[in-house]
Amino acid sequence: MADALDYSGLVDLAAGTVDRAAFTDPGVFQAEQERLFTRVWLFLGHESQIPEPEDFFTSRMGTESVIVARDRDGQVHALLNSCTHRGMKVCRHDHGKAKVFTCPYHGWSFSNDGRLAGVPGALIGVPHFDKAYRGELRREDWGLSRAPRLEIYKGTIWASWDENAPDFLDYLGDMRLYLDYALDGRDGSPGGSRVVAGVQKWRVNCNWKFAPENFIGDMYHDISHRSVDLVGIGPAGGKGRRAAFRPRLAIGFPGRGHGVLGELPTTEPEPYNDAWALYPEVNDWYRVAHEARLAHFAGRPRVAMSVGTIFPNMSFHGRQPRTIVVAHPVSPTVTELWRWCLEDAAAPQAVNDAARVYFLRYSGPGGMTESDDMENWSYATAASLGPIARRRPYNYQMGMGHARPAPGLRDAVECGELTEENARIFHSRWADFLRGEPWAARVPHAAE
Amino acid sequence: MPPSEAALSALLLRAEIEDWLLAEADLLDARRFRDWLGLLHPDVRVAMPIARNLAPDRLPAEERTQPGRDLMWVDEGYATLEQRVRQIETGIHWAEEPASRITRILAGIRVLEADEDRVLAGCRFVLHRNRLEDETDLLIGRRRDTLLRGAKGWRLLRREVLLDQSVLLAKNLTMFL
Ligand code: FES
Ligand SMILES: [Fe+2]
Repeated sequence: MADALDYSGLVDLAAGTVDRAAFTDPGVFQAEQERLFTRVWLFLGHESQIPEPEDFFTSRMGTESVIVARDRDGQVHALLNSCTHRGMKVCRHDHGKAKVFTCPYHGWSFSNDGRLAGVPGALIGVPHFDKAYRGELRREDWGLSRAPRLEIYKGTIWASWDENAPDFLDYLGDMRLYLDYALDGRDGSPGGSRVVAGVQKWRVNCNWKFAPENFIGDMYHDISHRSVDLVGIGPAGGKGRRAAFRPRLAIGFPGRGHGVLGELPTTEPEPYNDAWALYPEVNDWYRVAHEARLAHFAGRPRVAMSVGTIFPNMSFHGRQPRTIVVAHPVSPTVTELWRWCLEDAAAPQAVNDAARVYFLRYSGPGGMTESDDMENWSYATAASLGPIARRRPYNYQMGMGHARPAPGLRDAVECGELTEENARIFHSRWADFLRGEPWAARVPHAAE
Repeated sequence: MPPSEAALSALLLRAEIEDWLLAEADLLDARRFRDWLGLLHPDVRVAMPIARNLAPDRLPAEERTQPGRDLMWVDEGYATLEQRVRQIETGIHWAEEPASRITRILAGIRVLEADEDRVLAGCRFVLHRNRLEDETDLLIGRRRDTLLRGAKGWRLLRREVLLDQSVLLAKNLTMFL
């Protein structure tokens, strides 16, 4: 690996600024690929996309394509989608079924599981192995690269290229409670969600960090959605986008880089807010699920959230709509966004139909809310490229020095609803990786 | 031999549908969105599935996601279409303010099925959008439109849009398709 320059100084926490080069510079982008995307836990997709043995889908880790394959024993593996011979993409399908991936270029073939040749991704077929290679190729050295760490959490599939990455649950910390809110059934049943078939994938001319920074807890940009609020698109009816919420705070996880707009853990009972009032039958189902959830927690603390980001590039919505979005870097100024829609495995079709319909109206390139975000992210990127523009850093000074420990959570702070604390936490963590900081320095309980 | 009565009326119908679809495109290109809503049947559905790269044995059945069930690019009815018009009318829908310049080119319009007051028409489309200085999107694909004839003429009941992209190369879909 070429030694990347240390760009961590682009983040100035004392001043509350981030140099625009962090969002525009090709050298910074390369350093991010080498120092950050090769180490962190990255979201790949959902188990419900590969329910059967030998099912696979292709995903991305950073700029690179990976095959996420379930082997015949049911184990899931993430294999780099680049032939070890001359680099060809061995799989060019978005999903499918295969036990062997055969490279179109010279025909090397790779196994999806460890049974045939020892390790998943092993090279098991080489045309003219005897005649041309004279049996001298060490096939065992030329399997597809496999992510050494892979974790399935409540159906979501995550992987890291770093052998020494902390366990996924340590990586999450108490952010896990908020991820649970999105992944659990509405009645609180653990992992009661699945994804709707199909993934939206689209390109936006912006730096990838605009997306996670937007979803990490930036209530300040709400004003950009005034047009949709004036129209009122929420399933509760009336103006706005979603039903009323208890006081919502920006809760951040320093040292980990995650953040969320949500509630602090509470045991207070909370009345159902008629979030789906436009669909009486659906609303009734949610009311029952809400009561069941209160009963499920039975006095134990519970949380709710609307949007959040798991460092670095996985964000999710937990309520209306309930979705996952990943910002895949393509270049300093191009991002490929992938969106999944979450639904309740236990819900009747009418409930899931309403959720999907609202997703499509709200999120993704056709979403009335998100389309305005993407206009802002792309022209913010474009207008930051010039030499004069780059003399001034971005301003992240809102609420500096006002974060307090978040009651009821470990390693977490809150700073009210309107703050840039979570963005500062994100960029501080980003700088750790660009500096090449070891895991143990920041994440408590990380492997030493 | 003079053309048969049936052949003549098929020709006239095709001309009528062609005119209707081009006039509809004119309204959208001219941003007369309120007038355009008047061309929609109250039960209208517009659906644009997501195309995927799959092995031959999965084609064509699985090539595109299914409306009413899967994730789509667009899968919506009158209420949402009307909300989109109102959003543009606020003047602060930043993805379309300043307004984009859009031209819809329709080609190969044919009547695929017809009875008394219902036709299924197929066509190919090029949707060109240019925005601000140099942002340009080119959406190309095929469309199947079902029109119903009522007291005030033809109304759009179904529109299926098949786009030739799997990864959408435009940052949003704030244009009507
Ligand atoms: S590049 Fe794959 S076999 Fe040669
Ligand atoms: Fe937003």
